[in-house]
Amino acid sequence: MTQKKQIHLAAHFPGVNNTTVWSDPASGSHIEFESFRHFAQSAERGLFDFLFLAEGLRLREQGGKIYDLDVMGRPDNLSILQAMAAVTQHVGLAGTVNSTFNEPLDVARKLATLDYLSGGRAAWNVVTSWDEFTGENFRRGGYLPKEKRYLRAKEMLDVAKQLWDTDGGDFDIHTDQFDITGRFPIPRSPQGHPVIIQAGDSEEGREFAASSADAIFTRHGEKQAGIEFYVDVKGRLAKFGRREEDLKILPAATFVLGDTEDEAAENAREVQYQQVSPATAIAFAEQVWNRDLSDVDPDGPVPSFDPVTENDVDSGQHFSRGRASVRQYRDPVATAQEWRELGEAKGWSLREVVIAKNGRHTFVGTPQRVADTIDDFVQSNASDGFVLVPHITPGGMDPFVDQVVPLLQEKGSFRTSYEGTTLRENLGLAPVRALSQS
Amino acid sequence: MTFHLAVALNDTGWHPAAPPGDVLEPDFWVSQIQEAERGLATLVTLEDGFARPGLDSVLIALRAGPVTSHVGLVPTVVATHTEPFHVSTQIATLDWVTAGRAGERIKVSADPAEAALFGRRDPSSESRETLFDEAVDHVEVQRRLWDSWEDDAEIRDAATNRFVDREKLHYIDFVGSHFAVRGPSITPRPPQGQPIVTALAHVDTAYRLAARCADLVFTTPDGVGRDGPTGDAATTLRGVRSAEAEVGRDQGAQVLGDLIVFLDDDATAASTRWTRLDGERTLRSDADVFAGTAEQLATKLEGWAAAGLDGARLRPAVADHDLPRITRDLAPELARRGLTRTAYEADTLRGLLGLAKPADRYAGVQ
Repeated sequence: MTQKKQIHLAAHFPGVNNTTVWSDPASGSHIEFESFRHFAQSAERGLFDFLFLAEGLRLREQGGKIYDLDVMGRPDNLSILQAMAAVTQHVGLAGTVNSTFNEPLDVARKLATLDYLSGGRAAWNVVTSWDEFTGENFRRGGYLPKEKRYLRAKEMLDVAKQLWDTDGGDFDIHTDQFDITGRFPIPRSPQGHPVIIQAGDSEEGREFAASSADAIFTRHGEKQAGIEFYVDVKGRLAKFGRREEDLKILPAATFVLGDTEDEAAENAREVQYQQVSPATAIAFAEQVWNRDLSDVDPDGPVPSFDPVTENDVDSGQHFSRGRASVRQYRDPVATAQEWRELGEAKGWSLREVVIAKNGRHTFVGTPQRVADTIDDFVQSNASDGFVLVPHITPGGMDPFVDQVVPLLQEKGSFRTSYEGTTLRENLGLAPVRALSQS
Repeated sequence: MTFHLAVALNDTGWHPAAPPGDVLEPDFWVSQIQEAERGLATLVTLEDGFARPGLDSVLIALRAGPVTSHVGLVPTVVATHTEPFHVSTQIATLDWVTAGRAGERIKVSADPAEAALFGRRDPSSESRETLFDEAVDHVEVQRRLWDSWEDDAEIRDAATNRFVDREKLHYIDFVGSHFAVRGPSITPRPPQGQPIVTALAHVDTAYRLAARCADLVFTTPDGVGRDGPTGDAATTLRGVRSAEAEVGRDQGAQVLGDLIVFLDDDATAASTRWTRLDGERTLRSDADVFAGTAEQLATKLEGWAAAGLDGARLRPAVADHDLPRITRDLAPELARRGLTRTAYEADTLRGLLGLAKPADRYAGVQ
């Protein structure tokens, strides 16, 4: 009997955004180590492939002021991952590290260190940015033109791989972004290369992932969209000489459980209202309207006037700064119209519209229902697994680990013990060959 | 006053002929740092630099943090090639992970080979004064970022739906000759408020760097610096104090003397070992070298204490031989003589150094 396709799971440490609920009595510290220890050990207890940390290098602002409604404050990613390596043995440790405000030698050296000091569990989510806003915290400011951000990221990753492939030897590298020469200080680490993750739905992002990444994060939590994305991205691998299993596709997903379907739905609704407080509803509307809306009633109708369209998101002068999600409002006038129509049709307040547009959970149901949905999604090749995003720190993953994981194991779609010692092995990825051997 | 015993870790030891070891394995580092803790050391420093083979010292400290409980962890930071913003959050993270045991040793690099690894600048074309000035700015930015969140900035106020009080988050608006940094930090103020900044100094420019930004200075009594012999313990202490007077600093840094040590049950064995290793590769050192017994070393360190030094940072010549001698022979002997602690008396590095948590420079500032 052939083995069923195996599900890969990642646990996203609750992020600096309104998905994370801080007002719940169960919500703990977002910075004390005890929270990271708890979260990492939960993920490992659930036999997750890896845990994941997002990154932000500047506090977000709205209307020229620091955004104060969401959880904020975070550690340095590779640093906290290294500490979590001390209290876990198997779970992979994935961190987002920006390619614009870092240098390849430093990042490659830190990742090789993390790989050694975790016994082969390091992963790097390579992200691009170009904005002057974030650059104000760094030596070179907003030096990188927007159109070069993918070039920089791709070169950063290529150069890092070359450095790892020197096996502690000499290099002499000259590219558009880098002119570096010398000796890489660390021999080849346990995984050869840390696992490479890329997030991004754009054409450039898909090509980048197909050429160079081991896993891609997506937003496609719907099955049909997932299948289309899966076919598209897996179809790009052959031209880079790669096999379908060489790139894992992992959509982000939230979940709310209940003992019955009704209870789960009620729990989900409660979480949505926690996630979108009256003040958060106004803040979300301000991101669309691109102006101050503090005099708007969140429990009243969607504003009847149109958004401000000057100073769009690419200008760096948008009302909301340092927040990637604002870029989804490409046509704010149309978005506002859509919100108004929804509000009128359903008789919903602005807050209820925001909840409907932004607060949807991916999986809501009994543990059995959620396990069935996840398994069906993966067996249908809509993804290779999920990056699960709990809404409570640090215990938000626990109900899933205790109630859903055993059901996935019963189905024969999820491991009952870690297969390998490295993250690369657990993800079912081929060993990395050095460039000189390929 | 406790005389501070600190341990400086460097690969498998400070002698270039120290036998190789598993320097890429977590246990290699964790066991040494735990050994230092067993000897009630105030802190452990970790050597680093981009042009030397080996792992990143900040991450080594973070790997050891959760499996130690009292010893201060002081990795090395190269100011010349790092972003002050990143270093600030890395050291703050170390402080959060260890609940207040983080420090750093700041250093500059004028090495062209190290600069070529980054390809961004040619520090050999810059004066040493400029590199040191930049390091002072680097530390200033870190310190401002550490203070950029007041301790009580997180409010979780359900009535107004606010997680933080943004009046307690502060832009640092640092503008210097090498960089400008806006802030605030992404990381809340670390438990110590200000983690401990240290510097090694054996020349005037370095004494001035330390005077301008360090809480703790390592000197090299009877050693050699770029400008020649450094003088005895009292002389190095005067070097620190006169630099502090020059820059108008009132609260003086604590000063620990550096020493490479070969420790054995009898002095002859220790010097024979040194001679034997020198036969393979000669030890050249900025710090003085001691070869002898733990009792003899304790007597020498009593002399340093009498000269006014606050402690010693010992560099084991061969880590797996000399470190256990420091922790198991020397440390009890120093404690017996009433020089050092007999148990850890505090949970933070500041606490062990007798330093209070400083007020936030931005508290009350709008």
